[in-house]
Amino acid sequence: MTALQEFREAMRRDRQWSFMYSVRDLEVDVSQGAILYLEDLSVSFDGFKAIDGLNFYVEAGELRCVIGPNGAGKTTMMDIITGKTRPDSGSAFFGRNIDLLRLSESQIAEVGIGRKFQKPTVFEHHSVLENLELAMAGDKRVFPTLFARLSGQQRDRIDEVLGIIGLKAQAGREAGALSHGQKQWLEIGMLLMQDPHLLLVDEPVAGMTHQEMDRTAELLTSLAGKHSVVVVEHDMDFVRSIAKRVTVLHQGRVLAEGSMDEVQNDPRVVEVYLGE
Amino acid sequence: MGLIRAMRGDTGGQVMLAVLAVVTVLVPVLNLMVPEGHPWHLSSYTVTLLGKYLTYALLAVAVDLVWGYLGILSLGHGAFFALGGYAMGMYLMRQIGERGVYGHPELPDFMVFLNWKELPWFWHGFDMFWFAALMVVLVPGLLAFVFGYLAFRSRVTGVYLSIITQALTFALMLAFFRNEMGFGGNNGLTDFKDILGFDLKSNATRAGLFVASAIALALGYLACRYIVASRLGRVAVAIRDAEPRTRFIGYRVERVKLFIFTFSAMLAGIAGALYVPQVGIINPGEFSPLNSIELVIWVAVGGRATLYGAVVGAILVNYGKTYFTGVMPEAWLFALGGLFVLVTLFLPRGIAGLLALIRRRRAPAGEGAQ
Repeated sequence: MTALQEFREAMRRDRQWSFMYSVRDLEVDVSQGAILYLEDLSVSFDGFKAIDGLNFYVEAGELRCVIGPNGAGKTTMMDIITGKTRPDSGSAFFGRNIDLLRLSESQIAEVGIGRKFQKPTVFEHHSVLENLELAMAGDKRVFPTLFARLSGQQRDRIDEVLGIIGLKAQAGREAGALSHGQKQWLEIGMLLMQDPHLLLVDEPVAGMTHQEMDRTAELLTSLAGKHSVVVVEHDMDFVRSIAKRVTVLHQGRVLAEGSMDEVQNDPRVVEVYLGE
Repeated sequence: MGLIRAMRGDTGGQVMLAVLAVVTVLVPVLNLMVPEGHPWHLSSYTVTLLGKYLTYALLAVAVDLVWGYLGILSLGHGAFFALGGYAMGMYLMRQIGERGVYGHPELPDFMVFLNWKELPWFWHGFDMFWFAALMVVLVPGLLAFVFGYLAFRSRVTGVYLSIITQALTFALMLAFFRNEMGFGGNNGLTDFKDILGFDLKSNATRAGLFVASAIALALGYLACRYIVASRLGRVAVAIRDAEPRTRFIGYRVERVKLFIFTFSAMLAGIAGALYVPQVGIINPGEFSPLNSIELVIWVAVGGRATLYGAVVGAILVNYGKTYFTGVMPEAWLFALGGLFVLVTLFLPRGIAGLLALIRRRRAPAGEGAQ
């Protein structure tokens, strides 16, 4: 591209500079049915292609599981969606209208993409209820926070989330005293308090007991519909218990996509998982 | 209404404020109304000493706010205290007027001694009490704001932040030792005569300063308690426990820190301003790094993150200091060092933690009796 062309591209008439509009006003447009469009994404680290021409779509309200062997690019994909990693090429749209590659990490969180990391980090010295209160969407500047009071509506919302994550009885307990599984649920609850459209959940059942896994499966399935959920998980039994559609990643691209049975019987998937 | 909500559940604070209220009435009465020689009489020396403890207690509350709740171990809060003290000292110097040794109508004695011909620009305005009172909070506040803005924006935390706060107070001490700075060099500011027209040596003025210190402590305590009990207070604790997570949820961690740090510095300034007229002198020794470290020990002894613990710690340690330096001066520093070791080893949550433990031990026994 010549300098002139580059200049024209930068000064396009419909150009929206990210610093000139507030992302608060952006409402995600899902009129075409999909909420996340990743097209032709590539990213490499020191010559290693972590993501290589990836195409990945998520329908609004869908619960999608992503599986794949180590190094398949699952975490890198999440990093790109949340703005932590910038791709070398390709595009990433949230709905039809929001270009994720133009937004900062905090702006992406603000337009409604929430991410739960592998290791749960809750505020140990606060009660479960206070954890949810702190995570609640709203004005988070210093003085509004100093004079903030919980409105009846907000209290109801916290109650609702406490019900969803099944921690109503623990509302007054210090989060540090919760079990590992309960902390994970609390963290999902904190995500929900931010009213996200899309939830990215990284290995939610690592280190959980079987009962806790079942509860988590119920929780994630109940979230689908109202929210879109993408779950990255290693545990195949767990994936089978929740997933309608499964995407298999391998070497930075989509290897197979479909129902759990279709995917499991796909010879290419078998080959990748069992070796040649 | 917010204050009532803030004090609910703070039993220690309620007890502390109640005791403070009784003392505030009792001390002036025993000093002024009871004749000298009567066993119930309280000497003016004691009144001033207690007043000094109260200003220390306010300083300790300010430190507990940033250390206990925000997790910033400031080893330079003595600097804000001293700056507030200097602002008050400058007002008191200007009040001396022609009564100084050299009898100059405008220049304080040390300036005449240094052969200065006119008042430096930064001494203007300090002849007015309202201006000095404003500077008491503005100067420490501004320093804390600028310092905090730079430090927090660069995400300096933990030990590194403690070290630069220590450097801050050390640098200020060296600067204030210089005669050219215009603050009296190593002699500091002293020989004060009166405040707002009241003679500083009279018993009534001393009692008045004591009451003012008590009121300042109560109001400062309530203000801190209001912050701590608000959602912002919970954000502060969240920052202390998991800073990146708090940022990730969407709070602007730097601004929260900056607000609380600046507020705390202003409180320290007020404490310093009430301290100076009672002890009658302010010199660069107040900036000494040792002072700032000592006051962290008061808070540790009283118990972090309780606020009332800071009050208890400041008063107890300083009473101990007065007692020991009177009985055997050379032992005081050993006693202080030993105290810190003991508290760290056996009372990690300070006196307040010990009280909470005793109350919890008793509670089940009480239930059994019912």
